[in-house]
Amino acid sequence: MTPRSSRTSRTAGHLLGIDRVACDGRGLCAELLPELVELDEWGYPVIHDARVPAELLTHARRAVAACPVLALRLDRARA
Amino acid sequence: MNQPHPDTLPAALTRAVPVSTLPVHAGPDGPYGSRLLHGWFATGGPAGLAEHLGRYGQAPLPDGKRPSMPLIHAVEEAGLTGRGGAAFPTGRKLRSVAERRGPAVVVVNGMESEPASQKDESLLHLAPHLVLDGSALAAAAVGAAAVHLCLPRSRADQVRALLAAVEERGRAGIDRLPVQVHVLPHHYVSSEETSLVRWLNGGEARPMATPPRPFEKGVDGRPTLVDNVETLAHLALIARYGPAWFRSAGRPDAPGTTLVTVSGAVRSPGVHEIPLGTPVGAVLELSGGPSWPLAAVLVGGFFGSWLPADQAVRVPFSKAELAAAGAGPGAGVLVALPHGACGLTETARVLDYLAAQSARQCGPCRFGLPAVAEDFRLLAGGRPDGGLMDRLRRRVGLLPGRGACRHPDGASRLAATALATFADDVRHHERLGPCPGATGRPVIPVPGGPGPEQEGWR
Ligand SMILES: Cc1cc2nc3c(=O)[nH]c(=O)nc-3n(C[C@H](O)[C@H](O)[C@H](O)COP(=O)(O)O)c2cc1C
Ligand code: SF4
Ligand code: SF4
Repeated sequence: MTPRSSRTSRTAGHLLGIDRVACDGRGLCAELLPELVELDEWGYPVIHDARVPAELLTHARRAVAACPVLALRLDRARA
Repeated sequence: MNQPHPDTLPAALTRAVPVSTLPVHAGPDGPYGSRLLHGWFATGGPAGLAEHLGRYGQAPLPDGKRPSMPLIHAVEEAGLTGRGGAAFPTGRKLRSVAERRGPAVVVVNGMESEPASQKDESLLHLAPHLVLDGSALAAAAVGAAAVHLCLPRSRADQVRALLAAVEERGRAGIDRLPVQVHVLPHHYVSSEETSLVRWLNGGEARPMATPPRPFEKGVDGRPTLVDNVETLAHLALIARYGPAWFRSAGRPDAPGTTLVTVSGAVRSPGVHEIPLGTPVGAVLELSGGPSWPLAAVLVGGFFGSWLPADQAVRVPFSKAELAAAGAGPGAGVLVALPHGACGLTETARVLDYLAAQSARQCGPCRFGLPAVAEDFRLLAGGRPDGGLMDRLRRRVGLLPGRGACRHPDGASRLAATALATFADDVRHHERLGPCPGATGRPVIPVPGGPGPEQEGWR
């Protein structure tokens, strides 16, 4: 697991969340958002830091929309 | 036992640390600082309604159907924290339910799924009316329209006793809301708060993904307070005797008393009530002291932490100080592991059990837990190589925060603290394989028998 390079630019804006019951581990999110999502050995997402940097917000939105079981979501971070 | 009637002892005489300027009412401080177990010290048996009312009087129920802020203030001032595992401030929980719109629901968690704990069972046996008072008071505090008491299907006697207690209160007309008693499947995660909510809503007693959390949208879609039975029993006393009395036991940052279950290598295992902040070593002494030199202590329960014995005995039993030592109060469980027993084998057995208890809804728990349990079995029973240890550490590190409930987090904590506390044993296994302790008699009471896959979730 390599540290992500974009960590410095993370803002308090959005958090990536997963409904772990709904998620069936196909890993589409890791394909669309490799900067934030890795997969474990069974194909389930690992998110080391849920904060979404501003420059990845569009990609994150795309991944959320692409999740086939609506398990991925973007939450507004609380101040 | 020929004790002075504890009600006649002013709290100030029996306690050293006044921490509040509020008036101190004389509360039910019994022998050895007992409050919840006071009745037991007085009579040696369960307290029926008449005895209960004789000792404590009626619960001071506030008027009306609206939430009762003075009671919530009292609980906040008292500093009561949940006794179901997470030690979350109870006053804050009451407030967040009370502040939501519409009538709320109270769920009383008497499930006690932790196999190494007997404190809730003991409390419900000895002082059922304290728990039921606390339930009624919590319901009044948050403005609830329904109270549900959840009990495990495996304890038929307890269910009968509580049904009888509820009926007796009904006849005496002392509760505004009838407590509804429910009997649920008894699995490790069927007692998690969202499992209770889901079951009460007609579903399976398996955890649900959050948000919404129960306080937002729980039973019947209502704001729902879920509290442990012991938490509510303390609340029943705070409502009567006030926060200053509550704080006259324990310590400023860890006020009150708490129930603990001590087992393993102690002379007389059992349930005790201790002031929070009592050093773990002193708690073991209450159980007759170690029956054998100790190697380690499991603190908290199956979700708990292993601490080396010499460190554990010095740690005060409070959330902050246990956290500083890498542990937590959990369900108030202490298991003493004697020298010669194998902490790795003990841990492997518990992990096996926890893996089998997974609700198998979330991938990381469903696949990760059995994999960690299997790795641990290989470590405990054989000569692990570097590959196994790397894989095990990586898998343990990937469990927390990746389930709908905190089941994998608890299992991860147990495994990680075992690897740290029994590091010498791990090295021994790597060089020479297991020692004779690995095949000795088990110390931790891991239930056998059918699991959720056979018994189902409804
Ligand atoms: C897997 C799991 C099992 C739990 N089992 C129990 C239990 O048996 N009894 C209990 O009171 N709380 C249990 N809890 C904690 C409850 O979810 C909930 O936090 C608690 O009942 C709240 O009460 P408290 O604030 O009074 O502690 C469990 C939590 C988890 C994650
Ligand atoms: S795309 Fe959705 S279902 Fe697939 S792994 Fe990601 S979160 Fe899970
Ligand atoms: S984390 Fe495990 S026990 Fe908890 S809900 Fe998911 S599968 Fe069930």
